[in-house]
Amino acid sequence: MKEVLRKLVLPAVAAAGLMVGAFTAQAETVLHRGNGAEPETLDPAKATGVPEANIQYELFEGLTTYSPSGDIVPGMAEKWEISDDGMTYTFHIRDAKWSNGDPVTANDFVYSMRRLVDPATASDYAYIIDDVQNASDIRQGNEKDITKLGVTAVDDKTLKITLAHPTPYFLGLLRHNSVLPVNEKVVKAHPDDWTKPGNLVGNGAYTLQEWTPQASLTMVKNPSYYNADKVKIDKVIYYPTEDLGEEFKRFRAGELDVTYDTPSDQMKYVMKNMKDQFQNTPYLGTYYYVINLTKEPLGKQRDLREALALAVDREALVSKITQAGEMPAYSWVPPGIHGWDQQYTDFKTMSKKERMAKAIALLTKNGYTPLNPLKVDILYNTSENHKKIAVAIQSMWKAIGVQATITNQEWKVYLGTRHDKQFEVARAAWIGDYEDPTTFLTLFLSDAGDQNDAGYNNPDYDKLVKDSAKETDPAKRMKMLEQAEDIFLKDLPIIPIYHYTTKHMVSPKLQGWEFNVLDFHLTRDLSFKS
Amino acid sequence: MADVTLQPGAGIVEVKGRSLWADARHRFMKNKAAVAGLVILVLVAIACFGAPYLGLRSQDDINWDMIQSPPDFAQGYFFGTDSNGRDVFVRTLYGGQVSLTVGIVSTLVSLVIGTIYGATAGFLGGRTDGAMMRVVDMLYSIPFIFFVILLTVFFGRNFVLIYVAIGAVNWLDMARIVRGQTLSIKRKEYIEAAHASGVSNWRIITRHIIPNCLGPVVVYMTLTVPVVILTESFISFLGMGVQEPQSSWGTLVAEGADNLEIAPWQVFGPGAVLAVTLLALNFVGDGLRDALDPKDR
Amino acid sequence: MKRLGGAIPTLFIIITGSFFMIRTAPGGPFDTERVVPPDIMANLLKAYHLDEPLWRQYVRYLVDLAHGDFGPSFKYKDFTVAQLIAQGFPTSLTLGTIAMVAALTIGLTLGVWAALRQNSVVDYTATGVSMLGIAVPNFVVAPALTLVFGLMLGWLPVGGWGSPANYVLPVIALCLPQIAAIARLTRASMIEVLGSNFVRTARAKGMPERITLTRHAIRAALLPVVSYLGPAIAQIITGSVVVEQIFSIPGIGRYFVQSSLNRDYTMVMGVTIFYGALVIFCNLIADLLYGVLDPKVRYD
Repeated sequence: MKEVLRKLVLPAVAAAGLMVGAFTAQAETVLHRGNGAEPETLDPAKATGVPEANIQYELFEGLTTYSPSGDIVPGMAEKWEISDDGMTYTFHIRDAKWSNGDPVTANDFVYSMRRLVDPATASDYAYIIDDVQNASDIRQGNEKDITKLGVTAVDDKTLKITLAHPTPYFLGLLRHNSVLPVNEKVVKAHPDDWTKPGNLVGNGAYTLQEWTPQASLTMVKNPSYYNADKVKIDKVIYYPTEDLGEEFKRFRAGELDVTYDTPSDQMKYVMKNMKDQFQNTPYLGTYYYVINLTKEPLGKQRDLREALALAVDREALVSKITQAGEMPAYSWVPPGIHGWDQQYTDFKTMSKKERMAKAIALLTKNGYTPLNPLKVDILYNTSENHKKIAVAIQSMWKAIGVQATITNQEWKVYLGTRHDKQFEVARAAWIGDYEDPTTFLTLFLSDAGDQNDAGYNNPDYDKLVKDSAKETDPAKRMKMLEQAEDIFLKDLPIIPIYHYTTKHMVSPKLQGWEFNVLDFHLTRDLSFKS
Repeated sequence: MADVTLQPGAGIVEVKGRSLWADARHRFMKNKAAVAGLVILVLVAIACFGAPYLGLRSQDDINWDMIQSPPDFAQGYFFGTDSNGRDVFVRTLYGGQVSLTVGIVSTLVSLVIGTIYGATAGFLGGRTDGAMMRVVDMLYSIPFIFFVILLTVFFGRNFVLIYVAIGAVNWLDMARIVRGQTLSIKRKEYIEAAHASGVSNWRIITRHIIPNCLGPVVVYMTLTVPVVILTESFISFLGMGVQEPQSSWGTLVAEGADNLEIAPWQVFGPGAVLAVTLLALNFVGDGLRDALDPKDR
Repeated sequence: MKRLGGAIPTLFIIITGSFFMIRTAPGGPFDTERVVPPDIMANLLKAYHLDEPLWRQYVRYLVDLAHGDFGPSFKYKDFTVAQLIAQGFPTSLTLGTIAMVAALTIGLTLGVWAALRQNSVVDYTATGVSMLGIAVPNFVVAPALTLVFGLMLGWLPVGGWGSPANYVLPVIALCLPQIAAIARLTRASMIEVLGSNFVRTARAKGMPERITLTRHAIRAALLPVVSYLGPAIAQIITGSVVVEQIFSIPGIGRYFVQSSLNRDYTMVMGVTIFYGALVIFCNLIADLLYGVLDPKVRYD
């Protein structure tokens, strides 16, 4: 029997193996990516989140786009000129086609940007191109004629954009997913359904093949893409992965090649066993606790805010609770922006002992002792991670004699409480929309409305941030913004906790994945090792 | 054979008739599994509600060196620590206070409302039954989460209210079961006899129908308790129930479930306590059913 | 048949009640952390008619409903509520049906068996094992299943949807608690029926045990199970939030929770109406079954 096994079965198995090998060599390459939440929409003008942006960047390409390392590189615009006063940009559109064969023209961009600011579109991100002439008036309904938008097509291949004031980060801004172009013909033909597979037409590296909500979204290589021969992966499937623990298991089982995130509980395991697959790099975001400056006593007494900020042991939080290589934050604007000189709170250099001592001293100075403790409520939205951090900070504050309670609210209720300024201290986070400090600093302008949930109001700060918009010298401009950040950190309306890192598990078979502070890794830049 | 007659005062022991409840209690005690279950329940309850007096560390005590560590009997961490470094065993005990209370209160609420409603509907029959059951259908369809959100909006984070809310949702199943039983019982001869002798409807419902439904009702109660405990954990998870540092068995198990692979003790500890309690309750329920079953006489 | 007539007003009340109730909860569908500028918020509300007075929105909704239009989802802007439910329901239905059939088969068997050997070791074991199905919550069972069978043993996929292998673990997770409930209810009522007069009579008359059991005992014992099954079936075929999320199944279960949390009003209404109709339907069937099981039951 064993003879039979050896003489017949083994060669048969070997032959089968060879055939399978030959077969797979011709099979298409498929990338399986976990993408967090189910996308709310594929329409660039209506999208709000990162999962949507990831998919949109595969399907559409804007005037400028991302290199694998996050640099601004030409997209649909081959080259461009900027006027000396920084107010006029002229783009030369390359020879490119939509997936239905239509040529990409300057008019496509005119249409798409007008559509973005048109009040009838009700686009969440309409304000992103407020720097463009008349954009802000049109979207607020003050200017009824959308053709007055400062975007015109000089001819089919030349696009002129006129700004309301010089904007040094404008080229980077053009990469934002809400500014991606859409095909006018298709959108008008299927106003409610144009994003469905079969209808959707894009100018990106991939086209939409299939979309089963809550299950998968499949895209295949777009043969009409101008750079199609450089695109190595034939098919990419995005999966909604809301449960991080399950996403991680699917990655380990080989069902996913890339994950959206990694559960913090698995960090120790990952660091020990899977470090080479863990893409853990700085990400442009800050996790912080915002303090309601309209409420006593924290609102009026800066000393108390400083005491609370001093008592947070960021190093312990990052190494023992979140465990994903996050950077302890002593600033509001995270590091990584080109040309930005990082600013810090002045207690960064103090030792833990010194900080605790100072915190207690500040409290005592203002009449708060263990017998008369300062009472604070921490608000957070439903999430295991936020809870863990809040529980940890609650105990850190207990160590300086502050009695903190923690309150968990469901997302919408939590948002309402924050925007209505009904909280004392609330957990918050902010991810930058584009690579410039203003994406953080403008949050706390005194006229920022509900977004400024701290109620921060410092005229010096306002002036610096607003005047910087008129400064044409980039170095001088950065200096003004750094000064603003300095003022902000001295006032301590927030307690910075950590700066984000990306936490993607990436299969070792994949190459082309590079560090990029905005964390966009388009499939067209990726390939499988052979 | 000579007639042995009982003469009062003749020194012969009187045969005392046993009351219904004494009879039931006697039968319950003979059921070993039920008694064992009862003992376990009492022990768990004592441990949980007596936790503050046991001299253990407090439930929000954080030990930064022992974050997510396995059980360490030497230091008294019987169930290990969670990802914040807190003692899971102590948290299980305190959590039991919440879960046991929810279990009892909500189940009782659902029991009382459901039984009376269902028996009445089934007994009255016809159009009234139809209408009452349609109301049950309507209440079934209400999006539960919105209901809870509204409760917390209007009444704040009053725990008793949450328990009532959970009970208010669970009585629907109970009502249906009782109504079903009633529909089949009400045609029985002894009911018709009671009618004929002029017993009032209300008395018939309470004295005859409800006691005869007790079998499935008691069993269903033991099924309701776990559902209620888990519903509480879901509500708390959404921020509408107990707040940190207080937790419940449900929330502890949920936290632990995330870390199943790397910190299994976080699930096994509270999970085992929950499972054992529910199993004990199960056998107590069966014992009660057997003891109160009118036919087993 | 006249019971069906009662369904329409019931549904109507469900629709109206839910419509106004969900509008009273704080927060709206378009609230995001990135505060939307007031003019944009106004545009959003206008686009979805949320700026109109409540009664007008209600009338508009009813009129659309009459045309079969459940409205667009406020959250998943590329789809209408009807499209999402139509896509998700077949999946939940298939999964739920398989799970329920499995649960009924196993649960009834366990329950009858335990009842026949009341208070024996067999009884305790069967009861204890089936109770574990309810004592261990599904959010522990589901990840445990994927861990053991998906990751450690590699026998089955961890998640995803499309092949028969994807059905196995979710069905197990779904049917365990049902087995517990069905087994326990069957056992309890079976015990009662076995001790009842008509069974004693049948046995005394010398009827073979098997016929006694099937023709009389089981039919009568099924009554409470049927009462339980009415709503239970409606629940299981509309999917479980936990199971769908853990196994990444594109069913409609998650919408019941998510749409409330997202304040996706049209979606909430859509699933509520859908579920309400199902509940009414399943309960009607259950009522009909009572009549079949116990001929004495009449609905006059």
